[in-house]
Amino acid sequence: MQQIISFIIKYKYFILFMLLEVIALNFTVQSHSFHKSKFVNSANVLTGGIYNKIHSFKQYTSLKGHNQLLLEENVRLKNKLSKTLINSIHDTVTVIDSLKYFQKYSYTFANVINNQYHKKHNYLTVNIGSKKGVKPDQGVINSKGIIGITNTTSNNYATVLSILNENSKINVKLLNSLHFGTLIWNGKDYNILQLVDLPIQADIKEGDTIITGGRSTIFPKGIPVGIILDFNKKNNSYKSINIKLFNDMSAIGPVNIITNFDKKEINNLEETVY
Amino acid sequence: MNDVIKYSFLFIILLLIQVVVLNNILFSGYINPLLYILFIIVFPLMRDRGLILVLSFLLGLFVDFFLDSGGINAAATLAIAYLRLPLLKGLLRKSDIDFLVFNITKLPFTKLLSYIAILTFTHHLIVFSLEYFKLSEILTILSRTILTGIFTFILIIFSLLLMNKSK
Repeated sequence: MQQIISFIIKYKYFILFMLLEVIALNFTVQSHSFHKSKFVNSANVLTGGIYNKIHSFKQYTSLKGHNQLLLEENVRLKNKLSKTLINSIHDTVTVIDSLKYFQKYSYTFANVINNQYHKKHNYLTVNIGSKKGVKPDQGVINSKGIIGITNTTSNNYATVLSILNENSKINVKLLNSLHFGTLIWNGKDYNILQLVDLPIQADIKEGDTIITGGRSTIFPKGIPVGIILDFNKKNNSYKSINIKLFNDMSAIGPVNIITNFDKKEINNLEETVY
Repeated sequence: MNDVIKYSFLFIILLLIQVVVLNNILFSGYINPLLYILFIIVFPLMRDRGLILVLSFLLGLFVDFFLDSGGINAAATLAIAYLRLPLLKGLLRKSDIDFLVFNITKLPFTKLLSYIAILTFTHHLIVFSLEYFKLSEILTILSRTILTGIFTFILIIFSLLLMNKSK
């Protein structure tokens, strides 16, 4: 017993060092392997508050660009709206049918207050949280395409797992065919992502548009992602298809967070099968 | 008492500078100097090493909170806080150091430089190894360690000069 105590006293700093180091490495491994229920994240009052302060200073410098993006989006939505008006003008009979107004998705407005794109595991922080109904695993998009998936939330802030993260896997499809693939990132260029698992039957060309597939409960179908930059075929399968994003991931301001009202139903159904 | 205020002030200032300014530099796309380790370099040597170990862990963890990086910075900062004393003993070729009189600015210039350089590059090597965590990325890890390390090293030297001048 005497020896044990003297051993501890002799090596107390080493023991303290090892203890703290194990805690730190534990946090690191947690953040690498699985992106949920993390303790160390920037969606808390202190970090969120400071990032919010920085953001309110930075905001003014990018107002012009954001206005331009909003105008473009407005024009696109107005064009869509005018198309549907023409279609429905033939309906002379008014039918009040609650099934017709079934809403599957709702969009919430948020501002990105911290944006990372130079690391291997990138996260964003947005300025709304569980008070506004944000939960983990919701899609985040802006007018030009997808940004990521919400990860952890606090009362007023949420972190977003960026598509520029090695843990990110997003179901996408080609605009002009029904073939699905998975969008990943190899950690090199923040404007270029990779498309994998695309079957060889899919006939692709450079410049083809990629949209979200709508197979998961996170993103609705048809959100723009990017275009095919280049690809090569090897042994009768696609190797490394590079996708250029529509978005500039280094400059992201206002975003929308998507809530899927059917998510619980779909997940419950799938649990009974698998 | 004076020292307690001074070093807690330094702790907060370095953390804020790191988070507000330096994490947004992104020189040539991805180089962000990690100046906050200056705290470990200038913290006075004490017989009781428990304090610096705990403080370095907390400083690293706070930076991790802001960067969403798990415990990468905490692990690296803790490691250099532990290595500091053996390194100084090795550099000065002494088996024991007079803790009360010792001041790192009184070190011979070349020894001061190698002390800072070794701590900086060890810290950066651990940070980037843990961030990439793959043997196949060893070249990326080394290049980022060296490039970011040079930046941090220059910033630390300038900050030390400024801090000594203001005294």
